[in-house]
Amino acid sequence: MTDATTDAGKLTTADGQSLKKSLHKALRRQKVRALMLIAPLLLFILLSFIAPIFDMLLRSVENDIVPDTIPRTIVALEDWDATSDEAPGEDVFAAFYTDFAIAEEYKSHTRLGSRLNYELTGISSLFRSTGRKVVKFETESYTEQFTAADAAYADPAHWAAWMADDAVRAALPQTADAYDAWSKIVVDLNNDVPSEEVPADFVYTGLYNDLMDGSSVASMPSVDVTAWEPVSLREQFIDANDGWADPAVWSTIKTYGGDYTSGYFLNSVDMQLSGEGVTQRPEDERIYITLFVRTIILSIVITGSCILLGYPIAFLLANLPLRSANVLMILVLLPFWTSLLVRTSAWKVLLQNQGVINDILVWLHIIADDNRLELINNATGTIIAMTHILLPFMILPLYSVMKTISPSYVRAAKSMGANDWTAFWRVYFPNSVPGIGAGSILVFILSIGYYITPELVGGTKGVFISNRIAYHISSSLNWGLAAALGSILLILVLALYWLYDRIVGIDNVKLGG
Amino acid sequence: MASSATDSAFVEFERVQKSYDGETLVVKDLNLSMPKGEFLTMLGPSGSGKTTCLMMLAGFETATHGDIRIGGVSINNIPPHKRGIGMVFQNYALFPHMTVAENLAFPLEVRKIGKSEREEKVQRALDMVQMGRFGGRRPAQLSGGQQQRIALARALVFQPELVLMDEPLGALDKQLREHMQFEITRLAHELGITTVYVTHDQTEALTMSDRVAVFDDGRIQQLAPPDQLYESPQNSFVAQFIGENNTLTGVVKEIGNGKCLVQLDGGDLIDAKPVNVKNVGDRTKVSIRPERVEINKDRLSPDAHTLKAEVLEFIYMGDIFRTRLRVAGHDDFVIKTRNAPDQVRLQPGAMIDIGWLPEDCHALDA
Repeated sequence: MTDATTDAGKLTTADGQSLKKSLHKALRRQKVRALMLIAPLLLFILLSFIAPIFDMLLRSVENDIVPDTIPRTIVALEDWDATSDEAPGEDVFAAFYTDFAIAEEYKSHTRLGSRLNYELTGISSLFRSTGRKVVKFETESYTEQFTAADAAYADPAHWAAWMADDAVRAALPQTADAYDAWSKIVVDLNNDVPSEEVPADFVYTGLYNDLMDGSSVASMPSVDVTAWEPVSLREQFIDANDGWADPAVWSTIKTYGGDYTSGYFLNSVDMQLSGEGVTQRPEDERIYITLFVRTIILSIVITGSCILLGYPIAFLLANLPLRSANVLMILVLLPFWTSLLVRTSAWKVLLQNQGVINDILVWLHIIADDNRLELINNATGTIIAMTHILLPFMILPLYSVMKTISPSYVRAAKSMGANDWTAFWRVYFPNSVPGIGAGSILVFILSIGYYITPELVGGTKGVFISNRIAYHISSSLNWGLAAALGSILLILVLALYWLYDRIVGIDNVKLGG
Repeated sequence: MASSATDSAFVEFERVQKSYDGETLVVKDLNLSMPKGEFLTMLGPSGSGKTTCLMMLAGFETATHGDIRIGGVSINNIPPHKRGIGMVFQNYALFPHMTVAENLAFPLEVRKIGKSEREEKVQRALDMVQMGRFGGRRPAQLSGGQQQRIALARALVFQPELVLMDEPLGALDKQLREHMQFEITRLAHELGITTVYVTHDQTEALTMSDRVAVFDDGRIQQLAPPDQLYESPQNSFVAQFIGENNTLTGVVKEIGNGKCLVQLDGGDLIDAKPVNVKNVGDRTKVSIRPERVEINKDRLSPDAHTLKAEVLEFIYMGDIFRTRLRVAGHDDFVIKTRNAPDQVRLQPGAMIDIGWLPEDCHALDA
C-alpha cells in the first residue's frame, strides 16, 4: 500500500487524488480511442441505415396527409356524429368545398383519395371523379353576382387592399382564409402576382358565406346577398358523385383525420377502425394474420429440417481428420459461393411438375404420370428450397461447437458403461445444444424475413409476410402499411429473441470457439 | 515375459501389434502379464506406443494382431462399455453439463442402480477423495486438483477391478502432483484395484508403481520394479531414460566372472558389469549414475581403475552438490555428492581422480 493510501475508507493515490477518479481518467483515454476507431462505421450506419429505417418505421403511424390536405373539413367535422345515418350538413360541405378546391389546384386530392382508400375501398375513385367536377360547381353564380353588384369585386387590386386590412380580415374570416390559400396557389403554381389576378370562385363563396353569417364591412361595397338564391354545396357534391351522401365516407374521413393513426397497425392484424371503434375486417379482407402465422410456422419447420439435416453433417465434420473435414467443409460452403437467385432457380427446375424429381419418380414407377407431386408454388417448395439455402447457417455454428467437445467425454462415458446411444444422448448431445441454439436463432431469424426464395418458389400458399411487405413497398405504394408490417415483424423477432434468452439463455449460444 | 496365462495373470497382452496406417507398427509384438492388484506404469517418451496400449485395453482402439485378455477372457470383441474398466483421462473428461454428483452417478445410472443406493455410493466415493461437500458444484467451479479427485472418484465409484489412468497428473503443478501421486497409490492399494498408469514422467513412475514397463519404439524395453529399473537397466535406452546418467563409449577388452574391462575411446581402462555385451571386442556404452561416482580414492579397492577428471563447474543445490567434470574427452560428466559436513566442495579447475565400484557401472549395448 505505498501507492494507494486509505483515507477515511476512501482509497487515494500517492498524490492524494481519489483512486476511483484517477482510474476513471486513465480508462477514459482508452474509451475515447475505442470510440474513435468505430466512429466512421458508426456514423455511416447511423446516417445510411438506422436513420432511414427509423424514418420508414415512423410512416407506420404517420397520417399528416389528411389534416394537411383538408384541415377545414376536419375542424368542421368535429361536431358531426360519426354514428349517424346522415351525411354531414351544409357547413361541413362548405369547408370541404374550400379544401377540395385548393387540393384540386395542387392535385393532392388524388393522393388523399389513395390514402383513405386503404381504409374504405372506393374513396379513391370518389375523390378522383369529384376532382374533375369541382371546378364546374355552380358557385360561379356567386362570383358573377358579386362582380355584377360592384365592379370593385372584379378588381384584383381592390381585393389585395381589402385583404391587407386587419379589420376586414377579422370581419370576414372565411374570405381571408380562402384568399390566403388562393394567393399561395397563384404564387406557388402560376408564378403570378395575386394583386393582378381575379380570385377563384371559392374565395367568392367564402365571402358569400361570411356575409350570410351577418358580417359587414364598411370599407367594401355593400351587397345584399340574402336575396340571392343559395347554392347548396352539399347537393353540388352529391350531384357530382352520390358517394358523398354515404355517411361511411365521412365517418372514415373523421376517424382518420388525426396527425397519427393506428390504422396501418390495425390493418396489419386484420382489424379496422371505424365509427364504432376497433373491429375485425370482413372475412374476405383478412390476410395478414394468416401470413404472419404461416411465416412463423414455416420458419419453425425450416429450422427443424435444418437441425435434422445439419446435425449429422456437423457431427461428421467435427470428427473427421482435418484433411477430409476440409473437403467436406468446402462442399458445405459451396452453396455460399453460388448466387442465391441461381440456387433458387435451380430448385424451380428440379421441383416443378415436369421437373427432374417428378420425372425420376415417374420413371421409377413410384408415382403415376397423371399424379405428379406438387412440389413447387406451395409451402413444400418454400420449405425444401429454404432448408437447402439456410443449411450452412445451421452447420457452421454446430460444427464450431462440436469441434470444442472433447472426444474424451464420449470415451469417458463409454468406459463408465454407457452404450453408444446413451453416451451420445446423455453426454455429447447436451454439450452440443449451444450450437443448436445458435444455429436455430440464425436460421429462424433469417427465414422469418426471407423474401426471394418464397417469392420464386412459394406460389400463393408458400409466400411469407416479407413478400407482402415488398408488394406494398413497390407495387401498391402503401408504405404506411408496409412499415407497420415491418415493425410488427421486427417486434416479433425481438420478442422471440427475448423468449429464447429467458428459456435457453443467450450466454449458452456459441457462434464459434 | 510369459506368453501364456499363468495363475496370477489378470491382464494379459499376447503378441499384440497395432498399426494405424498399414505401413508402420506403433506397437510391435507386445507381451505383458499383470497379476491382480498390481500397480503397473507404462513409461516412455511420446510416440512410444504406451497410450495406444492403454487405448487398446480400454477398447477405444482395436489390436491389429494378437490377443488381450482380462481374467483369462479375450476382450478383443467386447465393446468398451461392457469391459467394466474404470478410466481417468488426461484432461479429466468431467461432463461440464452435470454437477459433480451427477458425474459420479452416471456410471451407476447406466448400470440401472437404484436411486438411494446410487446416492450412497456417490457420497462414499466423494468422501473417499475428501470432496464430500462438493457434490452440487459444476466441474468448471473446481480447481485442477479438485477436478482430478473427482475424475478419480468417478472412475472408482462403480468398483471396477481394473482402472486405467492416462497421464492423469499432467496438468497439475509440482506440489499438487506429488500429493496426488501419494493419494492415488494409497487408494489403489487400499481398494486392491489393478491399475495401469500411463505417464512420461519417470519420477512419477518410480514413486508410484509396483512395476514399470518402459516403452520405446513400440516395444517394452524393460519391465521391472522401480529399484531394479534404476539400478540395473537392461539397455542403454532404459539407462538414459530413467534418472540421470553418465555415458562413456568404448570397447570390451576382457570379460568374465560378472566383470569386464572396457577400454574407453580415449584409451583409459575402466571396470564395469557386463549387461548386454558378450564378447571381447564388442563396442559398448557404459553408464554410471552421478551419485555412484566416488571421488575419495580411499574408499575404492586398491586395484580399481580410476580416471583423471577436471572440475568444470560446481553447483550448490542445497541437499546435494552437483559437479560437472571433463572425463575422457566428455565434458558433460556429472557427479552428485551429498551435502555432509565433511564433504569437499570441488573448485573449478581442480584435477581429481574418480572411480566406482564395478557393479555400479553397466556395460550396455552401443
